[in-house]
Amino acid sequence: MSAAAEASVLITHEVGLHARPSVKFTKLAKTFSADVEIALAANGPWFDAKSIVKVMAAKAPKGTVLHIRAKGDGAGEAVGALVELVRRDFDEGKDHARTA
Amino acid sequence: MPEPLRLQGISASAGYAEGPLFDLDQAAVRYVRKATAADEKAALEAAISIAAGRLATLIETSDSEAAGILEFQLAMLEDDALTGPAFARIAEGMAADVAWRKALDAEIAGYETSEQDYFRARAADMRDIRDQVLRALIGGGDIAAPAGAIFYGEDIAPTRFLETDWSAGGGIALTAGSAASHVAMLARSRGVPMVVGLGLMERGLARPGASPAHLTGIALLDAEHGGIVLAPSKAEIAIFRRSSSSFAAHRGKAAAYLTRPAATKTGIAVRVQVNIADPSDVDSIDAAACDGVGLMRTEFLFGKTLPGEETQYRAYRKVLEWAGERPVTIRTVDAGGDKPVPGLTVEEGNPFLGLRGIRLSLMRPEVFRVQIRALLRAAMHGNLKVMFPMIAVPEEYEHATALFAEEQADLLARGIAHKMPPLGIMVEVPSVAIAPEAFAKAAFFSIGSNDLTQYVMAAARDNASVAHLNSVRHPAVLRLIASVAAFGREHNIPVSLCGDAGGDPASIPALLETGLRDLSVAPAQLAMAKAAIADVSI
Repeated sequence: MSAAAEASVLITHEVGLHARPSVKFTKLAKTFSADVEIALAANGPWFDAKSIVKVMAAKAPKGTVLHIRAKGDGAGEAVGALVELVRRDFDEGKDHARTA
Repeated sequence: MPEPLRLQGISASAGYAEGPLFDLDQAAVRYVRKATAADEKAALEAAISIAAGRLATLIETSDSEAAGILEFQLAMLEDDALTGPAFARIAEGMAADVAWRKALDAEIAGYETSEQDYFRARAADMRDIRDQVLRALIGGGDIAAPAGAIFYGEDIAPTRFLETDWSAGGGIALTAGSAASHVAMLARSRGVPMVVGLGLMERGLARPGASPAHLTGIALLDAEHGGIVLAPSKAEIAIFRRSSSSFAAHRGKAAAYLTRPAATKTGIAVRVQVNIADPSDVDSIDAAACDGVGLMRTEFLFGKTLPGEETQYRAYRKVLEWAGERPVTIRTVDAGGDKPVPGLTVEEGNPFLGLRGIRLSLMRPEVFRVQIRALLRAAMHGNLKVMFPMIAVPEEYEHATALFAEEQADLLARGIAHKMPPLGIMVEVPSVAIAPEAFAKAAFFSIGSNDLTQYVMAAARDNASVAHLNSVRHPAVLRLIASVAAFGREHNIPVSLCGDAGGDPASIPALLETGLRDLSVAPAQLAMAKAAIADVSI
């Protein structure tokens, strides 16, 4: 039986879903067996959240509402964990302003 | 020995370096084609795995800032979405090196055309990834750079920067590059001198660029003022060493002045603004440390193509929003001279005395009007002032302001939000400095000391053999500056100065002596300029 989940979250990180946050985001997505996708609008286009090439190609700046959806085993957990990561500003703390 | 060659660019990380030049663009070893597609595939797989292994090793020995960049590259390299297209091309019969290059170049192009500075700057990381795999594919490795070398080339890879031991000195001089690149950020945080954009300024010069002989000798990198001298003379080396040691001494003392308002020993306030070329320049400047932008050049927006109204509007708006209440003085495009723009400038025998600056803009009103509309709209977002370069006669100023009025009427009719900024002029053609009374209608004067000096002294600023004549401190130049400053005071026309001299500690006393109280300097010179002002007793 196949689960599905979907949620959206506001990106508050200074330069958006950029290089280092994308690394963290895709690494976390890959820990789930469910298919995970992101989009900048509710109706897509959807990008594979496990591919850093695709995630960077989404070019999501600060202030974007990121839509996350998953299908398959652990879909709910996957979406929940990724939403949390974005909410925590990718655990980047204060030093991102300097290196952004 | 070749003749000394002086190239001008933009400082990305201030400092001085003297050392052997290391040519980054030297011809690479050629790839040898394999017998079958399966062998090509295996060769690329092996190269990707070697490059990934090198990255992983480098990550272990890097600090967190550098590791963040490398982890991004490694994640990219491990992504099938990046490597897949290359393997697909190999299956169609392409050689591994060509397939890899084509696949990565397509990806790089996506970043290069991004509207956002941040994503555009990532193109350098993608090129780095491409070249690491190509190096592994070709084998043979790199020719090592000598200790203390000045790396010279189109661009430098972040991994190359991180693999280099900078403790012996050295620096970076790039003909392209960007002050927003990862390498530029690393260079600033590690204090490695770096200059970018040497090609942008030089490409239109009548004389040839660096010859092979220039690329094998000693070079002097002045990343305080954004220049490099290839194959320098003994005299140039001596002058350079004096500037270098005085920079080192001053830099330590100057840091404390950065965030304070500038004032002389006797407490006379001096406004110190910054000169910028690219909107992304402001990302690394603390707005609170300066009194605004005294000069925003716009010709760099006019790179390979003429920028549209939206691109210009966004660039101007970004800087205005960064500055907040502080004034931002944007100079309309100053193409021509040593800054050709394809599709706009014309080939001339004597470009510095030809169709450049406002002369060109008035010749090409269809291009100028696009910039005017973008400026009028951007004025809504801050404290904008606009100035015209290379004004020689009052008719030019009147013609330009009339175009502003026409575009304002048009925006009004179309119901588009806009505002008319104060319109001023650059004082750089001697006719204006000698007879400023013809320009009493201008909202402000900004003295362009680089051009004013070269026109008064008849000594080209890019010609090392007449460099000794090209001094802003010659009494003739200083007298003209003083008379412009006095005219401004009498007629309530604000006068500032935005040439290189404004940020030069050795020239600052003489400039304040002329009555100027408003200077605009390169961001890297901000602290040193304020420290030099504090040392002047007037």
